[in-house]
Amino acid sequence: MSFVEYSDFIQDGDVAIVYLSHDSMMPVKVQQGAQTQTRYGVIRHSTDLIGQRYGSKVTCSKGGWVQVLHPTPELWTVSLPHRTQILYTTDIATITMMLELKPGSVVCESGTGSGSLSHAILRTIAPTGHLHTVEFHQQRAEKVAMEFKEHRVDHLVTVRNQDVCKDGFGVTGVADAVFLDIPRPWDAVKHAKAAMKKQGGRVCSFSPCIEQVQRTCEFLADQGFEEINTLEILLRVHDIRTVSLALPDFGPDPSAQTPPDANEEAPPPTSAPNHTSVTLKTTTPPREIPGHTGYLTFATKPRT
Amino acid sequence: MADNGDEDSQYKIKEGDYVVLKRGDIYKAMQIQPRKKVIFEKQWFFLDNAVDHLYSTTFEIMSGGTLQPKKPKDTASSNDAKEAGTDNRNIVDDGKSQKLTRDDIETFKEQGLKDQEIIQQLIENSTTFRDKTEYAQAKYIKKKKKKYENTVTILKPSCRILAMMYHGREPGKICHLRYDTLAQMLTLANIHAGSKVLVFDTCAGLVLGAVMERMGGYGSVIQMYPGGGPVRAGVESFGFPAHFHDMLHEFPICHVNPLLAGTLDTTAKDPNADEKQSNKATEEEQNQPKAEQQGSPEERSMETNAGDDAGQEQEKKEKEKRKEAKAQEKKVKLEEKRKKLAAAAALLESRNADGLVIASRFHPCPVLMGLLKFLSPSRPFVVYSQYKEPLIECYTKLREHGGTVNLRLTDTWLRHYQVLPNRTHPVLLMSGGGGYLLSGTTVAMDRPKPAGSQRVEEPAPKRLKLTDTEG
Repeated sequence: MSFVEYSDFIQDGDVAIVYLSHDSMMPVKVQQGAQTQTRYGVIRHSTDLIGQRYGSKVTCSKGGWVQVLHPTPELWTVSLPHRTQILYTTDIATITMMLELKPGSVVCESGTGSGSLSHAILRTIAPTGHLHTVEFHQQRAEKVAMEFKEHRVDHLVTVRNQDVCKDGFGVTGVADAVFLDIPRPWDAVKHAKAAMKKQGGRVCSFSPCIEQVQRTCEFLADQGFEEINTLEILLRVHDIRTVSLALPDFGPDPSAQTPPDANEEAPPPTSAPNHTSVTLKTTTPPREIPGHTGYLTFATKPRT
Repeated sequence: MADNGDEDSQYKIKEGDYVVLKRGDIYKAMQIQPRKKVIFEKQWFFLDNAVDHLYSTTFEIMSGGTLQPKKPKDTASSNDAKEAGTDNRNIVDDGKSQKLTRDDIETFKEQGLKDQEIIQQLIENSTTFRDKTEYAQAKYIKKKKKKYENTVTILKPSCRILAMMYHGREPGKICHLRYDTLAQMLTLANIHAGSKVLVFDTCAGLVLGAVMERMGGYGSVIQMYPGGGPVRAGVESFGFPAHFHDMLHEFPICHVNPLLAGTLDTTAKDPNADEKQSNKATEEEQNQPKAEQQGSPEERSMETNAGDDAGQEQEKKEKEKRKEAKAQEKKVKLEEKRKKLAAAAALLESRNADGLVIASRFHPCPVLMGLLKFLSPSRPFVVYSQYKEPLIECYTKLREHGGTVNLRLTDTWLRHYQVLPNRTHPVLLMSGGGGYLLSGTTVAMDRPKPAGSQRVEEPAPKRLKLTDTEG
């Protein structure tokens, strides 16, 4: 198991994702002799997990069962322990494409936060790229570095505990892409530029407030960035439901055309119970959805 | 950081490169070919002069269609704020505010005036420009600039650029797959280097190319294709290095059932398959899915040779000789194709693919149900459809069939913003929809078990017999 490489079987030391339902998943550190409590009962790692195939069904002590999945950055995003507000897959997917990330890309990121985006970046830039991630909160930096190790991606990432607005990314002239998710992104624009390759690259800033966007765009333009483009992306989930719609009864309709022979035998069909409603498969939106995450501002750094 | 000239060589435009032309928000994919006339945005020119310049260079189109790198100075705006009105109360749309006529402007163009100079002329001859507000003036200049611009930027292709290009220029060719939807697909399917991914793509090969870019030449991609041959025009536009194509395999879906049943014979020659293979060969060589030219390139070059009237007899013999050589070549080619088919079949037979991406004009349901069998458990898949209803059907089928979790039907809402001091707001027009996605994760299929051990949340799969011995 690694976050950048699939394996077929669960091994001691892996991180597996226990799938309870589509809105309830939990990461589990697989350890010989350890146990994990779920609402369906206990999972015994030695017997229930180690040696099993990823994707198998595991029966818990109370008789209920769960599925054990191979970790992916996307499953991690919905199950990771939150230490900060995190980026979700919809924004992450857009950021990944718009920053033109691919195997071999060198990326700078700040702040690291809970590492939701970091894992997705690492997945995409492996096996030859590198992520330089800067987090000013010491405990968070330490914690995420430990997670990278557990997820076997630590060879692809350097975690720095410093303030990007003051100290920059700790590297110059190496990055193909820079991502900023900090309260004052405009203060880091210069550092972003310095971190990037002289041949140019792409930058993205994520900000919840439009005032931050306004200011960041001004700074980006001042620093010579081109193709500055701000967008917002939202996920719309369609829950699939079978619904039944009642048909109204307008009483007998004498003008209705009915086959002459059926006319005598069948009484007015409108009263028959099996004709009073129609059943169909359709989708409904969730009652409430995240209506705003943040604005994504992208720009291109030209050759300098 | 020591930079030398060699480091730049990979950033230089070379003959034969696949590039993307850009002006404003308009993109067009091209190959750099000597003395080839290119038409872009109603202007024609030659790309020869771009060779050896760096990617992302902006060129000016000079008379005679030659390109000249634009000097950076030119981009600086010469219009400093002079006079501006406070509102538009005095501006009347009587069509008389511009003193210059269409002919005047054409004359300027013929005289070789630059776009900047033409705009300056337009401003000077506009009676209302001075009364416009500062913002309206900026808007006016921007609009005119767009109209009279004669520059083109040459970019290195990327998934971002090509996805935006296809969506803007030819959405019909890619089943109206919006770029952000493609971005979701690549992420939801966990596409990454070193994995084995199945792709079913009738979106001109854009999705396939995007998957290949994300895999960086590591791992294998198996293109499952319908009909005579795989469509890959979009893949060419990415301009991948040669070794990327080593990871690309192809398998015709008409062979899926025989493969699953174990009756696909890749050792002996199947005349039917051979015919299809040769069709494919020609199609591949033309790089154009729509070109329905019959015959191989050799044949075509022969025809041009036959036009020469000298030495008809000789020609005839040559012809026969070549025919023989061609037949031999064809044999070798078919053998190669057969080997390739066998290799793709071997990759599929182990049924341990790591990802499945479907984006096609076909009904997604049979495609998904047919190809899901090739995935390992605990692997993601994603299906695109322009329409929601077929994906509802897929969802229903998957729930009946079992073997998947985490099913979700989604689409994304995308809005661009104009960000300007005191004028920030959403862009007035936005895309009405970018298509729908059904995504999920495979899990090991249930073995028949006594009822009662199932949770209510996940109904028992109705067709339990469809386990891994299916087929």
